[in-house]
Amino acid sequence: MSDNVKHIRTPLARVRGRGAARSGTRDFWRQRLTAVANIPLTIAAIIIIIMLLGRNQAAVAQILGAPLVAIIMLLFVASVTVHMRIGMQVIIEDYVHDESTKLTLIMANTFFAIAVALASAFGILKLSFGV
Amino acid sequence: MAEIKAPAERPLSPHLQIYRPMLTMMMSIVHRITGIGNYFGTLILAWWLIAASAGPNAYAKFEWFAGSIIGRVILFGYTWSVIHHMLGGIRHLIWDTGRGFGPSEREWLAAANLVGSIAITVVLWIVGLLAMGGPR
Repeated sequence: MSDNVKHIRTPLARVRGRGAARSGTRDFWRQRLTAVANIPLTIAAIIIIIMLLGRNQAAVAQILGAPLVAIIMLLFVASVTVHMRIGMQVIIEDYVHDESTKLTLIMANTFFAIAVALASAFGILKLSFGV
Repeated sequence: MAEIKAPAERPLSPHLQIYRPMLTMMMSIVHRITGIGNYFGTLILAWWLIAASAGPNAYAKFEWFAGSIIGRVILFGYTWSVIHHMLGGIRHLIWDTGRGFGPSEREWLAAANLVGSIAITVVLWIVGLLAMGGPR
């Protein structure tokens, strides 16, 4: 390779070969995996939500707690929260350049995604187990 | 003896203000914005699920929010945001296969993304309002 060709990556970055996220292609792949999963799961979730519109709490609780509906909603929540954690991390890495602010926001992002995932899953499981 | 090298000369990419606004680039920006919208929209989803599991009083509070004008506007925006991001995501998955990069293809895909997301959102809301027994 000729030396006068400009490269966006520094020689050290080329040697390390891991990019700005320092984690290789794992997140890239997971983002696509969850994107594919999100399509049928979102369609299913929208159908479920439309079915529940205008019903009272007892009916909503009964339908949401049914095994098939609950499992679809749990898969939906799991796939969506993984996808959104990675997406928001990419946005943070793109726009926040101060190292400590960036790491703080990435941590907050992970906490948010996990909190939303567990809170939603708690609601679904509570309905399903009828506690 | 160690040689001190000047930092590698790296090319800089021109930023947004250089370009004339185009549909494809607006759709790219909107994809990111709808992603952020969906991110915070999950709070509404979590609230709904917890309210449903908590009991009639908690669910009545959620229904009050969802039925209010502000709630309706937020939920309509959230619906569009989810649909737009999903169609945009399908566009990205098509690109991941190496297809859809031609000048006419990418314009067509961007336009279809926008028109499709608005149409689907309106249809979903008509179905939803009918399911609730008409607009109230």
